[in-house]
Amino acid sequence: MNNPVIRISIWVYLAIFFAYLLGPLVIMSITAFNSPSFPRATPWECLTFEWFSALFRDERILNGIKNSILVGIGTIILSVSMGLAGALMLTQIWPKLRATYYTVIIAPILIPGVVLGISTLVFWDRINRMLGLGADSVLSNGLFLTIIGQSTFIASYCMLVLVARLQRYDLALTEAALDLGATHAQAFRKILLPFMRPAIASAAVLAFLASFENYNTTTFTFGEYPTLTIELAQKVRYGITPAISALAFMIVVLTVFAALFNEANIKRKEVLAKARRDGATVGEVSGGVKLPGFFTGNAAAVALVVFAIATIAVVGTATVYNPKQCIANVQEQKRLETERRIQELREQRKRDAEAKAAKDAAEGATTTAPRPSNDSGFGGVFAPGTLQGDDETAPPEDQEPSDNSGFGGVFDPTNIGGGD
Amino acid sequence: MSAGVGVDLENLWIRFGDFVAVRDANVHIKGGDFFSFLGPSGCGKTTILRAVSGFLEPSEGNVLIGGNNMKGIGPNKRPTALIFQNLALFPLMKVWENITFSMEIKGASAKERRKRADELLDMIALPGQGDKLPSELSGGQRQRVAIARALCAEPHVLLLDEPLSALDLKLRQHMRTELREIQQRVGITFIYITHDQGEALTMSDDIAVMRAGVIDQIGDGKTIYNDPATAFAASFVGENNVFRGKVLEVNGNEALIRTNRSGDLRSRISTANIGKMKVGDDAMMFIRPEALDLAPTGTKGENFVTAQVTHEEFEGNSFNIFMEGDGGKEIKVAIPNVGQSFDDHTGQAMTLEYEVDNAVVVPAGELAAE
Repeated sequence: MNNPVIRISIWVYLAIFFAYLLGPLVIMSITAFNSPSFPRATPWECLTFEWFSALFRDERILNGIKNSILVGIGTIILSVSMGLAGALMLTQIWPKLRATYYTVIIAPILIPGVVLGISTLVFWDRINRMLGLGADSVLSNGLFLTIIGQSTFIASYCMLVLVARLQRYDLALTEAALDLGATHAQAFRKILLPFMRPAIASAAVLAFLASFENYNTTTFTFGEYPTLTIELAQKVRYGITPAISALAFMIVVLTVFAALFNEANIKRKEVLAKARRDGATVGEVSGGVKLPGFFTGNAAAVALVVFAIATIAVVGTATVYNPKQCIANVQEQKRLETERRIQELREQRKRDAEAKAAKDAAEGATTTAPRPSNDSGFGGVFAPGTLQGDDETAPPEDQEPSDNSGFGGVFDPTNIGGGD
Repeated sequence: MSAGVGVDLENLWIRFGDFVAVRDANVHIKGGDFFSFLGPSGCGKTTILRAVSGFLEPSEGNVLIGGNNMKGIGPNKRPTALIFQNLALFPLMKVWENITFSMEIKGASAKERRKRADELLDMIALPGQGDKLPSELSGGQRQRVAIARALCAEPHVLLLDEPLSALDLKLRQHMRTELREIQQRVGITFIYITHDQGEALTMSDDIAVMRAGVIDQIGDGKTIYNDPATAFAASFVGENNVFRGKVLEVNGNEALIRTNRSGDLRSRISTANIGKMKVGDDAMMFIRPEALDLAPTGTKGENFVTAQVTHEEFEGNSFNIFMEGDGGKEIKVAIPNVGQSFDDHTGQAMTLEYEVDNAVVVPAGELAAE
């Protein structure tokens, strides 16, 4: 580590690593605040919050978010309960069967989401027909199918999370509760569930995120309830606007905020627990005076506060800042720029045309005697032939006032002399 | 506090597949007794406890509590409370919530529970500690909380599964007295599981010595210690010197044993084996280290043993002399340290003397592992 080369390469590696991880997010977040109507970070034109309002005006996106949340909640409930049941089963099943059971229950994670989507659709359609229900029954409802379809594999994720915690559970606790007179239901509710609560929370978050971002299973099952990912995918087909960047930015901010908040909370609990062990009373530790102490050595809390301030600043700016003038300026600038371009283009075209005409003329002289009529707006001044005729073909000793100069020969020395 | 009720095990068999954990146990435990199951780990004593508390159904036989057959009755319906080896305090509940868990599930109000918790905390000498978490208590305090939690359920029988094994020596000795006091105060039946013969002897009214699923002997501490029924009981409970041999002659309750190494020695026959030992039987004779005394070197007789001293040690309250014994085992002699001078005898042959009454002979059998 003392070798500077190694140290520098580690820093470079870290920089590349984080650029790779976070670069796309940063660029995309910038596009959400740039005014051009195609998402791009450069050239920077105007700071605008227009895309956020555009987002909230977009019925389809809003509907997609709503459906995603509904599906997410359904998936949480279904997946976490199935996952918990699966995890409990795994700890209680006969040891000989455990490996097989584990494989079976983990399999949905390994099966491609597309396959799960199709099979969910086919399976429930079959059941629906067997029961003689119509196309509008619950079993063919998009929400129902999406929740069921996603839960098939999200439940496995949840189980993995829950099993990790359950392995640390001392079965003697349940036995102790039973021994003290509790029924199995009471022991489950009062002892096991509180113990599992942190893992259940993690599993719920995981289930929600997995459900929210799922596309390939949902694409077969959504029916009349397109989720956000489905809506976005459909939008991309017709070209995207920075409104989608705005949505993504909000999701990023919410995620980061939640993660930092959670981290800070955990740190805080640790500090509290340590203080309690050291014999301090709770009041002493959680008292307002101690708050700065809680920040020391708690990077997440500091980052959280900075982040919160930044968010407030952004939102505050958004309410008072009016980008109209800037946009008008940019548009004016753009208009001028466009005009200039058009002008240039026109001139270019004319030049091309005349060059072509002159060339034609030069070629045509051998066959046609008359000089081509000068139909160009500039009267053939730029035609190379004309120039030649005016300046070089005319002999300098020729004093005859041909007067083809624009100044009517006023500069002619002979004229001056003649005036005397 | 509820009065203690008796517990009976009738022809109790417990099998796990082919493995027999408990073999035909018949035990009668009187109400209000402090009863210990004493045995090495894996002897089936915890299995018996789990059968009494209801976590295990016996393969055969019955468990009776207060005369009622407990077949098919779950642990939450039995008048027992179990104190687990690792205590199993609920880690997320405060001490007072732990203690009154049995009231909570019956729907008692928080105020009632708090009041009861405070009473019990006073009883276990932990006043004002109700708002702590179990993880904030010391080992001995947790121990007492576990006892309070079990007592709060007002059981007729309290079952304790090696509850002191996790404590250090000082605390263990202190908790022995405390447990015994609590038992006498509340007057309920205690069934105590331990592999520590000291715990069993000091606390129990009666002890059952177990070996590999079989109950070898049931009796009070003195009987178990002085009058063991089997070689295992003799060697497991306390220190004992073993002399292997054959029965040479039997005179009523005394026998002459031809030992493999130490000549012919006379001994009392243990009460359980009187009339059962015949001339020519393989036998084992046991003499406690403290029952042996030094005799003039070379003395011969039916209560004298001569052997080479291998090493000696000073233990504070006694001098221990180790001599070459039978089957690779040393003979240990403990001479009380009461002021006499003490020379090093290593390498010398010494003669030991004992009272015939202090030696006991039982049929040859399995010895306890050291």
